[in-house]
Parts: sequence; C-alpha cells; structure tokens
Amino acid sequence: MQVSLERILPIVQKPGRYTGGEYNQIKKDLNTVRTRIAFCFPDTYEIGMSNLGMRILYGVMNEMDGVWCERVFAPWADMQSAMEANHIPLWALESQDSVADFDMIAFTIGYEMSYSNILNMLRLSGVPLHSKDRQGLKNIVFAGGVCTFNPEPLADYIDFFSLGEGEESTVEIVSLYQKAQAKNWDKDRFLLEVSKIDGVYVPSFYRHEYNADGTLERIVPLNGAPATVTKRIVEDLDHTYFPTKPIVASTEIVHDRANLEVFRGCIRGCRFCQAGFSCRPVRRKSPEVLEAQAEATLASTGFGDLTISSLSTSDYRALPELMEGLIPYCTAHRVNLAVPSLRADNFSRELMEKLKTLRRSGLTFAPEAGSQRLRDVINKNLTEEEILSTCALAFSGGWNGVKLYFMLGLPTETDEDVLGIADLVYKVIQAWKENAVNKKRGLRVHVATAYFVPKPHTPFQWEPQITPEEYLRRCKLLKSHFYAKCIEYDYHSPDLSRLEAVFARGDRRVGPVIEEAMNRGAKLDGWDEFFDYPTWLDAFRACGVDINYYTTRGFGEDEILPWDPIDVGVRKDFLLRERHRAYESKVTPDCRQGCAGCGANCLLKEVKCDA
Amino acid sequence: MLRALFEKTGTAVWISHLDLMRLFQRAFARANLPLKHTQGFNPRPSVSIALPLSVGMESVCELLDFEVEGNFTPEEITKRLNETLIDGVRVREVYEGSRKIRDLALLECEVFLEYDAGVPENALETLAALFGRESIVVTKKSKNGPVEQDIRPMLREALVRPENEQLLALSAIICCQNPTLNPALLLSAIEKYAPEAKPDFAKIKRLEIYDKDGTVFR
Repeated sequence: MQVSLERILPIVQKPGRYTGGEYNQIKKDLNTVRTRIAFCFPDTYEIGMSNLGMRILYGVMNEMDGVWCERVFAPWADMQSAMEANHIPLWALESQDSVADFDMIAFTIGYEMSYSNILNMLRLSGVPLHSKDRQGLKNIVFAGGVCTFNPEPLADYIDFFSLGEGEESTVEIVSLYQKAQAKNWDKDRFLLEVSKIDGVYVPSFYRHEYNADGTLERIVPLNGAPATVTKRIVEDLDHTYFPTKPIVASTEIVHDRANLEVFRGCIRGCRFCQAGFSCRPVRRKSPEVLEAQAEATLASTGFGDLTISSLSTSDYRALPELMEGLIPYCTAHRVNLAVPSLRADNFSRELMEKLKTLRRSGLTFAPEAGSQRLRDVINKNLTEEEILSTCALAFSGGWNGVKLYFMLGLPTETDEDVLGIADLVYKVIQAWKENAVNKKRGLRVHVATAYFVPKPHTPFQWEPQITPEEYLRRCKLLKSHFYAKCIEYDYHSPDLSRLEAVFARGDRRVGPVIEEAMNRGAKLDGWDEFFDYPTWLDAFRACGVDINYYTTRGFGEDEILPWDPIDVGVRKDFLLRERHRAYESKVTPDCRQGCAGCGANCLLKEVKCDA
Repeated sequence: MLRALFEKTGTAVWISHLDLMRLFQRAFARANLPLKHTQGFNPRPSVSIALPLSVGMESVCELLDFEVEGNFTPEEITKRLNETLIDGVRVREVYEGSRKIRDLALLECEVFLEYDAGVPENALETLAALFGRESIVVTKKSKNGPVEQDIRPMLREALVRPENEQLLALSAIICCQNPTLNPALLLSAIEKYAPEAKPDFAKIKRLEIYDKDGTVFR
C-alpha cells in the first residue's frame, strides 16, 4: 500500500472499502498476466459489490488465462478530496495499482445518474476523458450494462460498448485484445476488429447528422460497421458461468448475501419498464442447477442470507420444486431465504407463510397507477381486487402496514387517475378496518409517487415527460386528498427524474453536458447529499443544450431515435403497436397466455423462448 | 466456552469491530464449524470479541469467545479457521476459556511516532518528562461532549525508545478495563504537553494483555 494512502485511511469514512483483501478476491502473479483489466463500477463500493453482473463478469474475466481483472469503485467525497490533496490517482483494490496502468478499463452501467461518476473516475485515474485523446492500445475503455442500450450520451468517452449479457462476449472481446497485444495492433485496428464481434458497438463508427430543427436526420455507419448491433444473450443459462465463489465483503454492503438468479427476461410487458422488454427473451435455469449453485455459493462464502432474484419471481415455473430443495438446506444451515417480488397468488401466500418472511419484510405493492383504466394503459395487470384481497388476508394475519408505489405523469393520465390513487388507499384502509385483528396497534400506509421517466426500448419511448411543475401540481392534488392520519405520503423531487429522462433518451449532444457538470463538481448524483441540481442546470446552459428537447417534447414516431442502431431483440413495430394499444386502454396478456410477437425469440437459435 | 487468541494486522486493521464479528461468523460457516446460537425469539450466533479495537489499530492479542456445536479439537478449529479467514486475521491458538473477560485489566501497547523530517532534537527527553508528570490532563470525546480527564493514573508504564532516524516507539502499559484508557489519548497528551515532539503520523499496536497483577491474560 502506498504510504500516503495509509495516512489517509484513518481520516475517511469506512476505510475498509478502499483496501481490498476480502475473502475470495482474486490475486494473480503479475509474471503470468498479460492483460490487466480494471473493472469499474460507477458508484460506491457498497453498491457495486452488491451487483450480480459485476460478480459474474469479474469471475468470467479472471477465469481467462493471462488475464487479471480487478475492481474499482467510486470514492466517497471525503476520499476524493484526500486523493486530490495528496495527488493519489484512483487505484484498483486487488493490487492497489493505479487504474491508468491497466490495459483495459471496463465499466458496468446500470443507472443513468452514474454518468458523472464514470467521467469523474476517468479523471481521478488521470486517463484522458475523450476516446479520441487516448491513443494506443493501452487504456481501452469499454462499457456494458442496461444503460448502454442507449449508449449515445457516452459516445465521446467510451471506445466501445458491449451490449447485452456478457458471459460469452466478454471472453471474445478480451481474447481479441490479447491477440491485439501479441500482434502489436494500433487502437484503430483493434476497434475495427472488435466491431466485428456480435454485440459490440463502436460509437466512433457511426456519424450522427441532424436536421435544422435539431432532430436526427440520419445515422451513418462507417468502416463497414453494421447498421444495427444486436445485443448478446446467453441461451443456455444452466451451462453458462455462474460465480459460486463471489467475493465476501469484509465491511457491510447493500446486498450482503448470496444472490441466485432463477431466470432472465420477463413475461409481463408493463409498458413503462425497460428491463421488461430489453431483457427478453425468457430463459430459465433448472432447479437442480440452481440448488447446486446455491449450496456451493453458501459453502464458499459463509453468507447467512440467500436471495432469489429475477424480474418477477412468481413467474419462475419451477419455483415450487426449487423451494422444496432450498428450504430444508437453508433451515439446516441457518440461512435466511428471501424470495422478493412475489405476486399475490395462492402459492406465494403459502410460500410466504413457510418462509415466515412476510412479518419481517412487510407488504409492498406497486400498482403504479391509481385507476384500472390507467393500469390497463400501462399494461400493469394488477387489479384492485388482488390488492385488496391480499391486504385483507395480511391484515387478518396481524399485519398493520402496507407500502404502495405509484408513478405520476404516465401517458394519458388525468386528475381522475391521480385521485384514483387516493381512492385505492382509502379502500386499503377500509380493508384494514374490516379485517384487522388488533386495531389498537393502528395502521400505517406508506404511499410514494415517482415522476415517470420514459425509457428507450419500451412502448413509451416516444412519450413526452410532463413538466416538473405539472408533476408537482399532481403531487399536491393527491396530497390534498389524503386526510387519514395513517397515510404517510412521499413524493420524489422531480429534479433527478428530469435529468434521468434526458440521459435515458439523450444523444451525443448531452455528453458534453455530463463532462461540464463533472468539471463543476457533479458526482455521486444518485446520493441525495451530493446531487446538486443547480450545477446540472448551469452545465446545460453552458453547453447550450435544452433539457425540454429530451423531456417534454417527446419523440415523433417517424423520427430517427438515437438508439435506433441498437437492437435488443424486441422489434420497433411491436413497441409502436403496444403504444397504440395503450392509447386504446387495451391490455396485452402476458407472454404465457399467448405470444404477443415481440420478436425477441428470434435471438434464440438453440432453445425456445421459455415464456 | 472456547476462546481464540487472534491477530488483526495488515489491511484487516481497517475492518470495524461489528464487521469483524460478522467476518468471523462467516469464517466459521465456511470452515464447517457450526456456531451455537443463543436461545430466544431471535437466535444469534454466540460469538463475542473482548475489548473492541479501534479501526486502524493493529493487534496480536485479540480474544474471541465462541461456542460450537459438535466435538472439535482446539487444533482442528485453529487450522480450519485459518484456512477460511482473510489475510491479516490469524488465529494464534484456541483453548478452553477459563478466565472471565472482566478480569482483564492491563494492556501493553506500542505507539509508533513517525517524523517525516527526522525525530526532533530532545524529543526523547521531552516525552520522557511528559510521561513522568504527576498528572496528565487531556480532553476526551464522550457522549456528552468533550471532558477533561487525567490519564496518568491509568498509565502504568511508558518508555520511549528510538527506532530509527524518523521513528520513535512508545511502549506503554495502560488500563484497558474499568477504567479504560484509549491509547490514542497518549497522542493527545503529546500534542498538548509536548507539541514540539508531535509526530506527523502515528500507528498503534496492541502487544499483550494482562490481569490486574500483571499476569498474561488468556
């Protein structure tokens, strides 16, 4: 460890997150390593260490011969100040070497508001921010993750993007890099060759031309790059790499437990949800494989908690068998088993009783919209009856709290829909009055509303976002209809969601805004204590970029969208059809009741969509 | 009840007391040594560490009390734990803990004083004079704000020796329970009474623990 770092650690919060040395971390002998990869997570250690994607790809890369992948996280503000004061560049945890010494620098990006962290981490590493200023094969910067399905805001900074699931493509990319090192290719040659790998998008190979009104006129592929790049998926999840020896953080992190992903994709088709469309098609893992992986992970880590994860756990068909295997194992080994995001069906109720987790975790619903009409518009197939009957059951079983999550500003929303939320809340209170076993303990209803952010690759990708003023008006309207003392109402500030909307659907012109904001001190924007809206507004002003162009304007159906070259499997005409069905308040049944023809099954060659 | 004497050194010194408890619980699970759990509505694994060590301090004399289900020899437990612990946390030995932790009274520690521009002239004498005083009153942070405390009665021995041109080592034997003297307060004392001998940086290491009669505590 550097001497100066040793003197900084005593004065920063949670120093353990900067030292590495955790159980299961991978160290390699530099004499056997030809390719060093700094795997950066653009948020703090506590968040990044909880990320399953990072756990997977860390393992995938370190399984490769001659490759050593190390972890890098964004420093907290106190550490950043100390680093700057002492001229210490950003380092990777395993070797404590500077990021600038690494051959490849990878980012996994799951949240738009971490964009400032990406540029800030490059800056703290002393690596040139702009792709064009990094010459040579060293310090190739690439990125993947959900946000890269619209990579354009970062097009000037990232050399190439790896789209979709990385278990297989990352190996291809890193192998090609090793070849490039051996053959002494220059950067241009490497980018040209890497662009031929399926799922790789090299932004500098696409020229964006604009109309006079600012909309995209065309996107021109250069250097023989394909017009569209299709995301990668893993077809057979049973036989793909899964990290059964994840690093066990020595200090507390957000999700400090073993994580078992049971399937990928989603059958639901909620029209606002990016993951629901962009993670298709549905592929499941078999319960036998999952059980073996769960046991191996628990044995190698000593974790006391195991979480089942997926976009909608109840939709995993083999859930009963899996539970039958896991519950006895977990009971015998004193492991708490958590099964989140269950739907309110009968099996789930029985399961919750078996797990006895309901008492601890409480009852949470995300109806997203207050009226049935609007829930039909967004295709959220959760009915009022389901919510109320589950609540009634829970209240009669002794529960006395419920959380309800909604969005405001959804397409076609009227004041009537907003007040529908208040109606629903009162019906929940009524259900408690009729069913509560012990009314003396009182009831708490926690209601939260978020500001709707239209996301790329969803049926609502063209939708305007309502203005922040209108959002706040609707919040206040709703608030004025909450009379009962047991209601606790939280509404998110619109500032962050407004910027999220800009970056979610941003093009190359918003990149300089991120850079400007970062230079003005923007960092850790996902954290309330650091998000500074005025800094961002100043940056937009300084760059002459109009926020409303990306938010309240909406995108025309015939307009070229910045993310058009990115194919996530779901066809654009399907999304458009879904948009029009939304306007007609027509629901689209889930994929299990009938294939809606989204097109994502075409990504599969060996197996069928498991929807 | 079993007791493990262990070390916490290297990067492990940055792990907090609570995190270390969890780290041990997981190491026991990885080592296939099932910990006994407390009775009651919310069973917890029975592990406890005596004398919480401040983050950043090194130690070669920490004690962990625990109970396991099943019959394992102390040697087997030591071996298995050391195979599943991280670098910097090492079990020196495991044995049946017969003495009560409350009999632990004294701590021998070393404070390394680093002077980047070289040890100041007369620093040795200044420090010797400081620790020879009849009372050493320093300001200590407490729950109710800063309080003045005379640490001299809790200081049994304090010897300063030169290590090299930039380093002095202060070895001290201090009270570690009822009352407790945090060795970091020795630095506060230097800062207050001998500011000219104030180091640029200091590291603290626990070396040994004793009962009130000065017998090594195990």
